[in-house]
Amino acid sequence: MASTSTTSVQAPGRSIWDGGVSPMGASYGKLMMWFFLLSDAFTFSALLITYGLVRSSHPGYSGEVESFVFSPEYWPVPEKVFDAVPFLHGVELPLVFVGIMTFILIMSSVTMVLAVEAGHRMDRAAVEKWMLWTIIGGITFLSCQAWEWTHFIIGTDAGTVVKQIINGQEVTRTIFGANLMENQYGPPDFAGFFFFITGFHGFHVFSGVCLNFLVYFNTVMGVYDRRGHYEMVEKVGLYWHFVDLVWVFVFTFFYLV
Amino acid sequence: MAHHEESHSHVTVLPPDKEKIKKLWTVAGILGIITALEFAVAFLVPHEYANVRVWIFITMTIVKAAYIVGEFMHLRHEAKVLIWSILIPLIFIVWMLVAFIYEGTSISDARF
Repeated sequence: MASTSTTSVQAPGRSIWDGGVSPMGASYGKLMMWFFLLSDAFTFSALLITYGLVRSSHPGYSGEVESFVFSPEYWPVPEKVFDAVPFLHGVELPLVFVGIMTFILIMSSVTMVLAVEAGHRMDRAAVEKWMLWTIIGGITFLSCQAWEWTHFIIGTDAGTVVKQIINGQEVTRTIFGANLMENQYGPPDFAGFFFFITGFHGFHVFSGVCLNFLVYFNTVMGVYDRRGHYEMVEKVGLYWHFVDLVWVFVFTFFYLV
Repeated sequence: MAHHEESHSHVTVLPPDKEKIKKLWTVAGILGIITALEFAVAFLVPHEYANVRVWIFITMTIVKAAYIVGEFMHLRHEAKVLIWSILIPLIFIVWMLVAFIYEGTSISDARF
């Protein structure tokens, strides 16, 4: 990429920015993907930073972590909310499932970068193989997220008992799971941010899987062989790595902190 | 079928770049190890040390991000002007972060 012909650039009286060459040493498509991802980074930052603002303007849980109970009065400790794993009902395994999801996404990022490497070598069979693994990784991640959302929405067996004042009367009732109005884990904003941040990221993963499939399909059809290069794999690869990158931040700021 | 084979015969497939692939797997290993360390910190460092925990998590996240963007997205090996065009605008994010956390703390102080 960096080997743009330098002889024509050095022509007297012409600057590198006068056209005809790529001043940033990257093709138009790759450059636009980079700037799109930059704008997308702003969107995700806005979501995560707003999460930080709202969280820091709520009281935190101040007692012992062992004796933590859900309450709409304070922001929950994330590891107490996300402690369920499929097929292990009732077993407390804090953050284990999110950890598995993180590893799945990192692995799919690796297979993607291997597809890009194979594309540089014009190795169609290898691109097909690694793209397929990447798609499988993406679908697995989405399935995990679907399970996690379902669990989050349905809630725990016991739910959370809350006292509310409705029409001037104190009413005791049990909240199960979560929706955009209320949830059993903490303040309404907690579930709101969970749905918006992981949902927006999940939608990115979904679009990524679609794009990956498109590239896989074109590879199988020999489109890139005829075109003479596999740059589409690189461009979609950039997007896919970005999705992984965002998850790294979501994992830290939503689940760990 | 013979014709099909022929139409692709002009494509020269290069052998795998073993060194490059090994390097990519090393990066993947580093990302995996850091994630495992994050888990260790989450469960071994008590919640009383909230600030220590948060700073360790943020540092590790930035290291991971640097590896993903630098190696997987190949930014480290691009032209300098491209690297800076991507990195400098991130200042806005840093500013937003500082401003919003400051604001959040003020709201918290006013309310409680």
